[in-house]
Amino acid sequence: MSTTTLWFIVLAAGLGTFALRLSFIQLADRIALPRPFIRALRFVPAAVLSAIILPAVLRLPDGTMSYAFDNPRLLAAIGATLIAWATRNALVTILGGMALFWLLGWLI
Amino acid sequence: MPDKKNEEWQDWLEGIRAIAPLLPAALPFGMMAGLAAAKVDFDALLGIGQSAIIFAGASQIAMSQLIGEKALPAMAVLTVLLINLRFAMYSASLSLHLRGLSGTKKSLVAYLLTDQAYALALARFTLHPDWSLDRKFRFYLGTAITLWIVWMASTALGYYLGAGLPPSWGLEFGVPITFIALMVPGLRDSATVAAACVGGVMAVIAAPLPNNLGLFLAALCGIAAGYAWESIMLAPQEGDDT
Repeated sequence: MSTTTLWFIVLAAGLGTFALRLSFIQLADRIALPRPFIRALRFVPAAVLSAIILPAVLRLPDGTMSYAFDNPRLLAAIGATLIAWATRNALVTILGGMALFWLLGWLI
Repeated sequence: MPDKKNEEWQDWLEGIRAIAPLLPAALPFGMMAGLAAAKVDFDALLGIGQSAIIFAGASQIAMSQLIGEKALPAMAVLTVLLINLRFAMYSASLSLHLRGLSGTKKSLVAYLLTDQAYALALARFTLHPDWSLDRKFRFYLGTAITLWIVWMASTALGYYLGAGLPPSWGLEFGVPITFIALMVPGLRDSATVAAACVGGVMAVIAAPLPNNLGLFLAALCGIAAGYAWESIMLAPQEGDDT
């Protein structure tokens, strides 16, 4: 992609993100959100992040998908999920997940 | 007057103290954002500048990932906005505590709004309903600006380190790992777990669709699944505003 295109993407994304952040702080008490919308917003992080994680974990460097358990990425991701669940600590999860990935890549 | 100045400084300091324990976790995350940008050939200005312009790590990393996968530019922008939709939720929640703040200050609060600053501010404002608007604002800036500085520094560090590290280390695997670290603590009940499971599985099924269309479809399915699960399995309580 050209540098111009990349700048366009970053500026548009930044402007849009700022609008989302400002939205209700600015409108404050003028508009009441419909309740179903507020309830749905709660599921946004889990649904979106998971939809990014799983294909990225299953996709091998050559672009094909691997569902087998000899895929060190899948095993390391499962390990990282367990670490995250147990510790709720981002730093420990990232370091532990990468250590597992390197260890498994070396073993398998 | 010196007493007043001192008190104001104390509010800032309280904010800085509140954010301090979260900084070690922000550091590798910021580095990952810089590294992901370096891997898809952002130049230094844009690779580090994106952190100031977007200032939202998960979405920045996803954006780099999509650019690396040659997604349509519009799709990269929409994905960033989709991931950052949660800020609208934070904005709605914080707005109740910031009524009456000037437009400029509101813009500054909005620009600096992050998961961490939101969580800390909301907890503190709820605990101290007697705080003046100015005091809340100073506490918020103490947390948010500290995080901003660490974020910028760690992105720059990641960008320059990432450009120099060999691809055989598989450092790009740090991206999904970082997302796991962000997502898992948010899985607080069976409905959010349902949203994550459906979102993930649908994304794999829909992966062959062009231009990362599958991500959208999967995210919408995941949100719908969480919503439906909550409606059917966990009757929502009246007056529950979360």
